[in-house]
Amino acid sequence: LFSFLPERSNLAGVRHILLVLSGKGGVGKSTISTELALSLRHSGKKVGILDVDLCGPSIPRMFRVQDNDVHQCDSGWVPVFVDQDKSISLMSIGFLLEKPDDAVVWRGPKKNALIKQFVADVAWGDLDFLIVDTPPGTSDEHISTVEALRPYKPLGAILVTTPQAVSVGDVRRELMFCKKTGLQVLGIVENMSGFVCPHCSECTNIFSKGGGEELAKHAGVPFLGECCVPLDPQLSQSLEEGRDFIREFPKSSAFPALAHIAQQILDGMSQRSS
Amino acid sequence: PAPVFQRSVSVADCPGTSSAQAGRAAACQGCPNQRLCAAGAAAPDPGEGGPEAAGAEARGAGLRAVRHTILVLSGKGGVGKSTFSALLAHGLAADEAKQVALLDIDICGPSIPKMMGLEGEQVHQSGSGWSPVYVEENLGVMSVGFLLSSPDDAVIWRGPKKNGLIKQFLRDVDWGEIDYLIVDTPPGTSDEHLSIVQYLGAAHVDGAVIITTPQEVSLQDVRKEINFCHKVKLPIIGVVENMSGFICPKCKNESQIFPPTTGGAEKMCQNLNISLLGKVPLDPQIGKSCDKGQSFLSEAPESPASSSYRSIIQRIQEYCDQHQFQGEKII
Repeated sequence: LFSFLPERSNLAGVRHILLVLSGKGGVGKSTISTELALSLRHSGKKVGILDVDLCGPSIPRMFRVQDNDVHQCDSGWVPVFVDQDKSISLMSIGFLLEKPDDAVVWRGPKKNALIKQFVADVAWGDLDFLIVDTPPGTSDEHISTVEALRPYKPLGAILVTTPQAVSVGDVRRELMFCKKTGLQVLGIVENMSGFVCPHCSECTNIFSKGGGEELAKHAGVPFLGECCVPLDPQLSQSLEEGRDFIREFPKSSAFPALAHIAQQILDGMSQRSS
Repeated sequence: PAPVFQRSVSVADCPGTSSAQAGRAAACQGCPNQRLCAAGAAAPDPGEGGPEAAGAEARGAGLRAVRHTILVLSGKGGVGKSTFSALLAHGLAADEAKQVALLDIDICGPSIPKMMGLEGEQVHQSGSGWSPVYVEENLGVMSVGFLLSSPDDAVIWRGPKKNGLIKQFLRDVDWGEIDYLIVDTPPGTSDEHLSIVQYLGAAHVDGAVIITTPQEVSLQDVRKEINFCHKVKLPIIGVVENMSGFICPKCKNESQIFPPTTGGAEKMCQNLNISLLGKVPLDPQIGKSCDKGQSFLSEAPESPASSSYRSIIQRIQEYCDQHQFQGEKII
């Protein structure tokens, strides 16, 4: 007699899955994914980040672990822990490259195969949140990720935009992607909205202003942070060096909006759980 | 992991771009891409026949005579590829004797129609193929943006479908004779990039202009793009560093919003022995002009960013002229 025990899925211990999307490139998806993870960690949560940007993986460097390797265990691939606490764990193709400058020149099918593995084979353990950072667009990576995650009922998506019409135009398409794939939109973040000159405090709207907020209103989705995330050289510098911006720069101009976004996500979680 | 080839469908159950049923099947009803598919009936599968065959076919009909082809690339998103492509097109078309074509192969995020003030324009079909949309008499544009019926329409396609459309853009658009073909690309090193190089043939491309911003998070992706160019034997004209510093309009002090923590494009170009074509500072007017669909070079000709762009465009022209001269010499 054989008794077949069902394998415990590697995502069984993950309480909430959150996708960070944007039709547009360079608006701050990886930045927001990173800062959200850091904020949630500071609220005592265990967080994982799955980086499915296979051509331009930014996450490892943002945590200063770009030189780490991925090891295997019985249940699959061990994610890379950011520190001793093991409160933030990461998976990215960045860890799998022989040399950091190696280009991943893959067509769709090969990308899809790796994404399936990333979803099924990473031994995340118990997590409060799994944040999925994505490349820009509505193509292979996005279709495959949503298809692979569907059985686990992803919580929803955060859409990131910058204020100008050119960005908002692409994000509107991403909203359509969410609608067509049944992904709930938790809200829109307007990033890079305004720069306060450190010398004279004059605020300049380098990439325009208000487009994200308007889009949220037009689409009937929450405007996360209830204010925009400004351009903040301390934030850029922090990300370059893989530092913990949330802990080290609480007085910085981007901090209030980022902290607020994390709080709204947490509030949304507790509402859902109750 | 061995890739499992999936002749996969997009979210709706679609017959596929290359199917004779494309745009006509029952499943196509209500799909935002229906018009797009119906317009390009029965395109042969780009996977068949090999890259050379595909390339020869692509260059045969639509692109009859192109003197110079420039690809605008970046590993990183949001660094200003489309902005630069649009300005390069305007800059080159300022010489009315030159015929310029701007091809936007960013299928998921087509920015070019908006930046060229052509939002809402549609593509017309004639006996000789699809007609590009003309901004000026000597500046024609093609983008998937012109094939969508609403600004909310998402193009949710896997790689093979995107490749099919790119091939159609090269083969079925009646470009006529062109002095400069500029190809604007999405970020990354994937289907679109492989396909455009295959279909055009690396030997027929003058070179790639690679766009970056100063921070390492951009440069790390751009180095990958440079590796891609080497892999597919695409010459690199040079690198443009965008968003290179910001001068406060009030106090005129400079701030590095995107700090070059690892030496910026300058250091990278030195290390990799590639030409740095120029650095362009941040200017709020650039974004505004893009949103309005106007040429920043015309709207703010006195801006330091304008003079940077103009000098970069001139260097590209000089490179192309030399390239042509060498080509003629060989013949």
